Amino acid sequence: MTAKEIINLLEARLAGAIDASVSDGMHPHVRVKPGHLIGLCTFLRDDPALRFDLLRCITAVDYPQRNEIELSYDLISIPHVHALGVKVSLDRIGPEIESVSGVWAAAEWHEREALDMMGVKFLNHPDPRRILMPEDWTGHPLRKDYQDPAEYHGWEIKP
Amino acid sequence: MALIEGKLEPGLVTDGIDYILNWARKRSIFPMTFGIACCAIEMMAVGASRFDLDRFGAGAFRATPRQSDLMIVAGTVTFKMAERLRRLWEQMAEPRYVMAMGSCAISGGPYHKHGYHVVKGVDRVVPVDVYVPGCPPRPEALIEALMRLQEKISTHTIARKEDR
Repeated sequence: MTAKEIINLLEARLAGAIDASVSDGMHPHVRVKPGHLIGLCTFLRDDPALRFDLLRCITAVDYPQRNEIELSYDLISIPHVHALGVKVSLDRIGPEIESVSGVWAAAEWHEREALDMMGVKFLNHPDPRRILMPEDWTGHPLRKDYQDPAEYHGWEIKP
Repeated sequence: MALIEGKLEPGLVTDGIDYILNWARKRSIFPMTFGIACCAIEMMAVGASRFDLDRFGAGAFRATPRQSDLMIVAGTVTFKMAERLRRLWEQMAEPRYVMAMGSCAISGGPYHKHGYHVVKGVDRVVPVDVYVPGCPPRPEALIEALMRLQEKISTHTIARKEDR
């Protein structure tokens, strides 16, 4: 199915969940509110015409000028060979959203990275801890306003 | 060798013992596989057939620190890794040597200015014997570093205890 057909099907079956959509260009995607994410993702995975069974990536992007953190989910379908993106905007102070690791198991580590690097809290996540930085690190390094601490365990950070 | 180290005066006897001990030790250095990042690829290339490391006796890479003499730190050392690196170094039996391979292990490399998670040089974690510059160093450079280490080993003596 082309991106346009996928988005038409979504808008027909899940009216009200889709806020906006982009069907042409390099990255066709739909934009949803955080509350509708789990319903949309379960439908995307289970509907026989769509069958998005592979979550390729979850990316968190920090937009301080819009005061939001945007999560972008990349989905592809192995049987039907089509792809779609799903984007969610979260508030920059205290971003939290439902975890989709119940829908795709791959989400578990991607969401741990979003927590570690951006500070996004995922509700009902089976293993919410840092994945790249040490466990006792403070701060979220990929935020635009991140400042390094002076040192860690005796090793200085800025030489 | 701890039994007779430091007990004999430097002289002909210790020279002879030193010569044989150092000859044996420098020609059978067992490296530990500590390839962390891209320099590991060059280390693998040195261990492979073209730039053979086995002709120096150093081709038997041991996976465990208990059986190895040389830790070649090949790659970027992060804070998370540095704690484990220190622990593995402490598990090596003396005489043990450390080679800092590549610019990341020497001084943090390309991450020296902005790397918030990088130890700026592995010599902040363990004492280093040989530094090999390069990003990554050519296999010939790593072989030269091994030969420099062999020269360093041949200066050791059992007449006075080494502080290692």
